[in-house]
Amino acid sequence: MLRRTLAIAVKELLQLRRDPRTTLALFGMPIVMLLIYGYALSFDVQHIRLAVVDQDGTRAAREVAQAFLESGYFDLVSRGRDPRVLDPLFDSGRAQAALVIPERYGDDMAARRPTTLQFVLDGSDSQTATTILGYARQIIASISPVIRTSTRNAAVVPVSLVWYNPDLSSARFLVPGLLAFILMVTSVIATALAVVREKERGTMESLRATPLVALELLIGKTLPYLLLASGAATGALVIARFLFDVHVRGSLLWLAFVTLLFLAVSLGWGILVSTVAETQQVAFQLGLLTSMLPTFILSGFIFPISSMPPALQVITHIVPARYFLVALRAIILKGAGPEVWWNQAMGLLIYGTIVMAIATARTVRSL
Amino acid sequence: MNSSSPQPVVVARDLTRRFGPFVAVDKVSFEVPPGEIFGFLGSNGAGKTTTIRMLCGLLAPTSGSASVLGLDVASQAQEIKRRIGYMSQRFSLYNDLTVEENLRFWGGAYGLFGSAMADRTEWAIATAGLHERRRTLVRSLPGGFRQRLALVAALLHEPPVVFLDEPTGGVDPEARRRFWDLIDDLASSGKTVFVTTHYMDEAERCHRVALMHAGRLLALDSVPDLKRVFPLGTIVEVACSRPAQAMAKLERIPGVSEVALFGNGLHVVISRPELAATLERSLAAAGCEDATVRAITPSLEDVFIRVIAGAEGEAA
Repeated sequence: MLRRTLAIAVKELLQLRRDPRTTLALFGMPIVMLLIYGYALSFDVQHIRLAVVDQDGTRAAREVAQAFLESGYFDLVSRGRDPRVLDPLFDSGRAQAALVIPERYGDDMAARRPTTLQFVLDGSDSQTATTILGYARQIIASISPVIRTSTRNAAVVPVSLVWYNPDLSSARFLVPGLLAFILMVTSVIATALAVVREKERGTMESLRATPLVALELLIGKTLPYLLLASGAATGALVIARFLFDVHVRGSLLWLAFVTLLFLAVSLGWGILVSTVAETQQVAFQLGLLTSMLPTFILSGFIFPISSMPPALQVITHIVPARYFLVALRAIILKGAGPEVWWNQAMGLLIYGTIVMAIATARTVRSL
Repeated sequence: MNSSSPQPVVVARDLTRRFGPFVAVDKVSFEVPPGEIFGFLGSNGAGKTTTIRMLCGLLAPTSGSASVLGLDVASQAQEIKRRIGYMSQRFSLYNDLTVEENLRFWGGAYGLFGSAMADRTEWAIATAGLHERRRTLVRSLPGGFRQRLALVAALLHEPPVVFLDEPTGGVDPEARRRFWDLIDDLASSGKTVFVTTHYMDEAERCHRVALMHAGRLLALDSVPDLKRVFPLGTIVEVACSRPAQAMAKLERIPGVSEVALFGNGLHVVISRPELAATLERSLAAAGCEDATVRAITPSLEDVFIRVIAGAEGEAA
């Protein structure tokens, strides 16, 4: 009955109001996490320490070096003629990359002969090295056409164009993932704690003696947290927009729809945890373990699912954030409609139904 | 209660509950007529709470049957829950809600709303004497008030029968007395009260008392009738400064059938009343010069100890 469900929800809200610490944690944690991860979890490589060895000394050579420095990615740490300085520079880590311009460069350019530049990289951090190499190729490619144009050679010029995230900013890639992460962790833990608290204090026994049925209890319990989590999600989006310049391109309505689906799954998961845990401490740890780790590692939040081993890719299907993330990125970054992500929404719907059914069945048994 | 009274409110027939190999409640049978204060007396672990939980539809019986208000506890638990009040052993209110908020929540859980909710909330506040404290958080309420609040919260939906599981645990005697005044009022208004306790003075206020021990119902009668389990003996109280020494002596006197420590003294069951006169001399000879002996009427606790001793003697 609606009235009994409402009684639970109102009680839960009153208790939340009396417990500003929990409320603050529910609201504050997502925002703090967003700030920390948003700033710290950046894959953008900048301020690359570059050493320039100019053995040529011509104007053309200076132009190449200048192009690297003007790109904004590189900071000059050393400039000279002698390549022997590179060893100590790399060994001590004072340089991450070196541009070596050979003696014949200026002459070759003037004579319109093909020529080479040497680019040396510290490969100990392969991911960073790959990124730097990408930047270097871009820069060199960007100066080549200029040269070709000046020689009036009709050359095919490659123009790279990145869609959806034109400046390849990590924030844009990470914010949807963070949203999923935050919602999952807070809602699982909040609901698990809210149910287990009743067990611990002994009020569950009295609730069981009332005509309340499991479903009324569960809905009444989750409703306030659904509200709160939605609020936190909105807050996170606002912050993402103003601090990280992540705009929602798609429809806010669809965004809300997918988010609610995902929240239903997380809240159901929280209830499931509460049927296993007997104390708040266990509930907290179990909630954290089953929501944070999988969401972090297996949802595609940070590590792309497509680059995981096939067995692991199969396992990712039991991580609800996986479905949410695909839909979320599609809506926020691409402005895509349901025709693109409907299968993800279905995934969430099926997942949510199963989780809620198990949670209800388990609660009925304990009631 | 006469035998022509209408249908009993609670009926148990060979009610049994096992937890693995442990038999918590062992073939318990009884009936409770309407308007009765029915006391369940027993030490911790006697099976009182398990019985009450089965009657409230919270725990399925392993075997046997029970009905409340004519509804079967195994198959009609949901119907029973609608019609009964239950106050669990553990504190059943929310500490972080006020008196009023708690009442509104529990009323809502029983489906009350609108003017019925408002009326019953006012009734509950008045009955528990909580007018000035209606906006007080339950956390800061004195123990006695909390207990009364828990009771009226269980009565919001006007159940004809209420089950109270050790309702006065940890409150002072004055608060307990006030609580029992409330129970008396309930019974006189026709409600049936099923209450478990391990306080003898509370059991004395019940119309009938069931003595429970190790899962079994050992005796069930009104308090005066229970006390007649001593038809053959007289019970005397021995007060002295060395009860242990006196106890050792008394147990060797022929005609003394039982000696039990009772507070600072001893309760002694003797088979012949004239023996009482000689006890003081025997004790003085044994080094208890200050011993005084006087005849007393048996208390419920004497009955309880006697019944349990009898049952354990039988089992041995």
